[in-house]
Amino acid sequence: MRYNALKILKEGLTGNKGWTPVWREPDPKPEYDIVIVGGGGHGLATAYYLSNKFGMTNIAVVEKGWIGSGNVGRNTTLIRANYLLEGNQPFYELSLKLWEGLEQDFNYNAMVSQRGILNLYHSDAQRDAYARRGNAMHLTGSGGALLDEVQIREKCPYLDFDNARFPIKGALWQPRGGTVRHDAVAWGFARGADQKGVDILQNCEVTGFQIENGVCRGVETSRGAIRARKVAVCVAGSSGRVMSLAGMRLPIESHVLQAFVSEGLKPILPSVITFGAGHFYVSQSDKGGLVFGGDIDGYNTYAQRGNLPVVEDVCEGGMAILPMIGRARLLRMWGGVMDMSMDGSPFIDRTHIDGLYFNGGWCYGGFKATPASGFCYAHLLSKDAPHPVATRLRLDRFRRGAPIDEKGAGPQPNLH
Amino acid sequence: MNQPNRIDGGQIDRATTLKFQFNERWLTAHPGDTLASALLANGVRLVGRSFKYHRPRGIFSAGSEEPNALVQLHKGAALEPNTRATTVEVFDGLYATSQNHRGSLEYDFLAVNDLLSPFLSAGFYYKTFMWPRAFWEKIYEPVIRSAAGLGRLSGKPDPDAYDHGYLHCDVLIIGAGPAGLTAALAAGRAGLRVILADEDFRMGGRLNAETQVVGDMEGAAWAQAAVGELTSMNNVRLMTRTTVYGAYDHGTYGALERMTDHLSDSGDKPRQVLWRVYSKRAILCAGATERSIAFGNNDRPGVMLAGAVRAYVNRFGVAPGRRVAVLTNNNDGLRTVDDLRAKGIEVSAVIDARKGDYLVNTTGRKGLKSVHLNNGRRIEADCLAVSGGWSPNVHLSSHHRGRPIWRDDIAAFVPGGELPPGMIVAGAANGTLTLASILKEAHETAQRIATDLGKSGPTGEPPKASDEDFATAPIWHINKGKQRAWVDLQNDVTTKDVTQSHREGFRSVEHLKRYTTLGMATDQGKTSNMLGLAVMAEASGKTIPETGTTIFRPPYSPVPIGAFAGRARGKDFRPTRRTPSHDWASENGASFVETGAWLRAEWYARPGERGWRDSVDREVKATRTGVGICDVTTLGKIDIQGRDTAEFLNKIYANAFLKLPVGKVRYGLMLREDGTVYDDGTTARLSETHFVMTTTTANAVLVFRNLEFARQCLWPDLDVHLISTTDAWAQFSVAGPKSRALMQKAVDDLDLSNEAFPFMACAACTVFGGTPARLFRISFSGELAYEIAVPARYGDAMIRAMMAAGEEFNLTPYGTEALGVMRIEKGHVAGNELNGQTDARMIGLGKMISRNKDFIGAALLDRPEQTRDDGLQLVGLRPIDANVNLTAGAHFLNPGDPADMAHDQGWMTSVAYSPELGCSIGLGFLKRGSERHGETLRSFSPIRAQDVMVEVCSPHHIDPEGERQRG
Amino acid sequence: MIINHPLLGPRDAAEFVYLGDASLIERPDGFGENAEDAMYDYVYLRDNPAGQHRELWYHEQGDRSWLVVTRNTLTHEITAIELARDVARSKGRSR
Repeated sequence: MRYNALKILKEGLTGNKGWTPVWREPDPKPEYDIVIVGGGGHGLATAYYLSNKFGMTNIAVVEKGWIGSGNVGRNTTLIRANYLLEGNQPFYELSLKLWEGLEQDFNYNAMVSQRGILNLYHSDAQRDAYARRGNAMHLTGSGGALLDEVQIREKCPYLDFDNARFPIKGALWQPRGGTVRHDAVAWGFARGADQKGVDILQNCEVTGFQIENGVCRGVETSRGAIRARKVAVCVAGSSGRVMSLAGMRLPIESHVLQAFVSEGLKPILPSVITFGAGHFYVSQSDKGGLVFGGDIDGYNTYAQRGNLPVVEDVCEGGMAILPMIGRARLLRMWGGVMDMSMDGSPFIDRTHIDGLYFNGGWCYGGFKATPASGFCYAHLLSKDAPHPVATRLRLDRFRRGAPIDEKGAGPQPNLH
Repeated sequence: MNQPNRIDGGQIDRATTLKFQFNERWLTAHPGDTLASALLANGVRLVGRSFKYHRPRGIFSAGSEEPNALVQLHKGAALEPNTRATTVEVFDGLYATSQNHRGSLEYDFLAVNDLLSPFLSAGFYYKTFMWPRAFWEKIYEPVIRSAAGLGRLSGKPDPDAYDHGYLHCDVLIIGAGPAGLTAALAAGRAGLRVILADEDFRMGGRLNAETQVVGDMEGAAWAQAAVGELTSMNNVRLMTRTTVYGAYDHGTYGALERMTDHLSDSGDKPRQVLWRVYSKRAILCAGATERSIAFGNNDRPGVMLAGAVRAYVNRFGVAPGRRVAVLTNNNDGLRTVDDLRAKGIEVSAVIDARKGDYLVNTTGRKGLKSVHLNNGRRIEADCLAVSGGWSPNVHLSSHHRGRPIWRDDIAAFVPGGELPPGMIVAGAANGTLTLASILKEAHETAQRIATDLGKSGPTGEPPKASDEDFATAPIWHINKGKQRAWVDLQNDVTTKDVTQSHREGFRSVEHLKRYTTLGMATDQGKTSNMLGLAVMAEASGKTIPETGTTIFRPPYSPVPIGAFAGRARGKDFRPTRRTPSHDWASENGASFVETGAWLRAEWYARPGERGWRDSVDREVKATRTGVGICDVTTLGKIDIQGRDTAEFLNKIYANAFLKLPVGKVRYGLMLREDGTVYDDGTTARLSETHFVMTTTTANAVLVFRNLEFARQCLWPDLDVHLISTTDAWAQFSVAGPKSRALMQKAVDDLDLSNEAFPFMACAACTVFGGTPARLFRISFSGELAYEIAVPARYGDAMIRAMMAAGEEFNLTPYGTEALGVMRIEKGHVAGNELNGQTDARMIGLGKMISRNKDFIGAALLDRPEQTRDDGLQLVGLRPIDANVNLTAGAHFLNPGDPADMAHDQGWMTSVAYSPELGCSIGLGFLKRGSERHGETLRSFSPIRAQDVMVEVCSPHHIDPEGERQRG
Repeated sequence: MIINHPLLGPRDAAEFVYLGDASLIERPDGFGENAEDAMYDYVYLRDNPAGQHRELWYHEQGDRSWLVVTRNTLTHEITAIELARDVARSKGRSR
């Protein structure tokens, strides 16, 4: 079913009775060309691009719970391509380009809203680092501008300019950054893949890998064994747990990142804003809630909840730049489990086990990467060669001494 | 100013009359009223508009579960959006307005949405607004955004203060209804340290709203007597207006106490206090929330929960209507009929859904006029009391891993799964819905906890009450008629949306929630989630527990962001560290810059200088030609002592430290275990067993932490002891050709000749006639230089004494900017170069690394990508056009190459204007840089609209041989 | 979270800094044979279990002890707390 205004008109006049399921609920087949483990944003995007751009359709996506129940269902919805390093920035620029054409491509309004992202800086050293980054963005065609305090005052008069402990001195501005309705991304990709015949198998938990003579031949699941020529794991947040079923240890720890949303408010924040002297970033959803977050709690956990010190730290950061939000109420807080990697950058790679592929380590930045992650993973799975913008996202990069460490924090996951 | 719907009785103080405003209309109320009860007393029924269709909305509940009656309080900076009228205590002068309408509340232009509702069903926006692409941000989204949202923020800083507090107790009792009060009495009598918290301003919970008898007293009177007894116990802390909003790890609970929200004048007290409560046990006595029944047009102002109707009648002395119809699926709802009649209010119909009676429609756009029965009868009613049964308030029980479990007998979920450790649930929150059983359960729970915690004092008997018959039938919605039946009143989710969600495959509870927005409103679905789940279960042909349950996340009810931030805002966002010479510096024209938590002097402006460059240039010149002084206290200082200190440092630093002689200082390079440069500084050996290490300002805390790790975890038997002395010593850098003469004047009895005290010498000494000090001959500027340290308490005196002693040498204070200029001229690396991505080879220190020992970072130095020939190396840069000011962050490109990442040659890390060279200079990392001195490159900075040519040179812009600092 | 410090009693976790897997105590000899391989494993690879996890916490706002805390990563329940120095010695670490 193709969506358009006429269809809505027709359904509206006939009681909305003609809508059909956005995806089928098939039973697992005994064998597929590719089994994608994980029905989150990245897994569904991979299935979508494999089936729509790389001509492979004999594919299953197996999901432990309901699709979109991973971090695509619990994030702060930001998209941007404001990275620094060669291993990352071209990849995120591809992602931004894919976001820009996504809705027309998969015929689903995911509300991609390029309202701009404003990274505030508070010192000369930060300005210099942002200049280096902004120039890297220009080298990949991503654009961006360095704003001074006067320009920011004009744009965001409600920021704290006069009583701040760390005065705002300027910002890196990327007008193409913004937000996306996160759940709709999962649903749109699922729908587009389903329409090409991809089987989306919900409530289907992988309990083991069928590894025979060093070759992965399929998966064991709670709905029976499924054979596959290739198994593509895509379960960021649970990577450690799932890959241990294949006997692999990873350069990844699981950490919780809390996120927050306020009660609905009339529009007041036009763009995304990040604080440069504390952990806080915020945007306002189309429904009106302030969606914000900060730092990870910092200890290994698989519990999707955090603790109060970080809640307070994040709200302190919010009040530091936006003292007007004190009277807005925090409506809901939740935690998502992140694959925190050793350099803060992700992996899209084959493993040492033939037929077993791995996509993970997205830290707290996986949402913005969703389309490019799916596209590059699909490229790797169909061509057995990395996509040109993902050539550095390899599992062996630490062995080779080539980390992609944007923050320079070194091999300690909770610092990235 | 009469209150037409005020009736007799209730727990309000009629002797006092309060005046308040709603939508600019002056009305009256009495102490004990909420804004909701006062509005009803005044006959105001229409109080708001729904989120999507802008349908008229009235008061639906009498508590924090309210989905409808959201108002804005106050004006100006204190404007407070989305406040539930049902929880606001009226005070004299209260100013409230309705929200979420365009035009007046009565005539809201956006009510047109309601007419378009067939086209605005669940998820409609995912299917359209895609063409043409550019229209989303420009047209569709702004229109949607401005129609959405609820209340407004003022855009001005929150004028109120919020405090944080910490409480400890044996048992935290959450909710002071019949269960909570009973539990508190038993626990308090047993001698436990008890905190009893309730979100209401009057303890008693449902007892205040019902006519039930407890211990031969009216329930409300018993509650006040219980509060009286608890108040007399000094081991019990009673907290009204306090919402326990979340259950965290290890018995920690978050609570918000509203201190002055109910007062006309806060008296400068904090508005609210955010408490962190540490408990050994918690008893969740949060009661239950009534739910509605879905039927056609069940969202009109005047349609109200039956329990709320009883609360208004019994507690607030207000008639929510004059002709009230009652719709119920349980016996509890029928009590409403008796309570209304007892107050002389007409009950126009009693519709017991268990008997097959139901409602199909209602009329009355801005206030209920009539209800339509299935038998065709139309009954006049200005209020409909609905009871669809009660849902236990399991919220806090599911804040960890607890998943509520279904109980058929009460058609509700009760706490289940793994509760937060230490939490026990009692009373209605536990699904115990009749009074005598509630009291017994609460009493026994408290008794058990007392025994567990070793308190065996007498707990008394639970109060007497009778168990009424609570018979309920699982009737959720009435699926007859064509009218829309509301499930979520705030977000306008109807039963049709739920069935459409099912039709489109959004069948898991989470999909339902996300697709329809059910339960995502400010009430978090307290009155609607169960209803939606039931409708979905029916559509799927499954039971409710098979369909699922939604788990709850904190907070139980919304908490202001300002309360979480507390006092950490404005200038107090983070602590401020001041250097020992801060006062002196501010007296002498310094402007200050934030360096982490420190404030440091960045330059000292003098009269006649036209800007910071004048000051900085002067400071640099004066230092390079005479002598300058700079406070460098912020550098991390770590005192290290013990027999094995040299061996320890040899493991910490990448260069050799085993044989550092006493009386000498050595530059030390610290790596991370992955081989990357971590920090640098100098370490001085004061005796065989006593060393003093300095670190960069930024890494002072981190290096100390790492040293403790190495000492305790890696080499636990080395005799090494550490103490951070960053704040203990005031340290000044004294630099320039005349520094020796000055220092010779300052120190007592120490020969500073080059022979006696050469470059990299150190000594303990005294200054200015006996003040203890440490002197180090080290240089960051490249000049002959010393660093002199005195105990921090002498820091202020020291700078003043130095300035006096230095007068004859024209001693010039310099700030961090001049410090930066001189280190860039000299080619010393700092934070911009050592950013955690830098290998020692990149900064020309590869050869300094010892290959004869194990140290932190030794093993991972030579991985293939780290030893590539085309690696980045530190270079100096100068503009071809000497008038150009270089900019940091520019990338280097070979002339003629395209400007893309594949041709990126490196970047400019630091720039400065060099007064000595008379031009802008830079440092940067360049591929194969050390082989490329003399080459011309593009320094490309589109972000600053700069594209200039630069020449590559040595990073040592001045004195490359280091003659000055050794001289 | 509350960490029951073996010397000081129960303390709020906010007083501590978290490092990670307690296997970081078992640093291989950086100068020995196969040092690079051993160090790569030590620095980069983690078990990352969903369940019992032995991990290092540092009492920075306190007595500066490094502790080995055994904590469940699913429930956050803490079942053992030891001084890291004792653990290190029990692993044979000395000088």
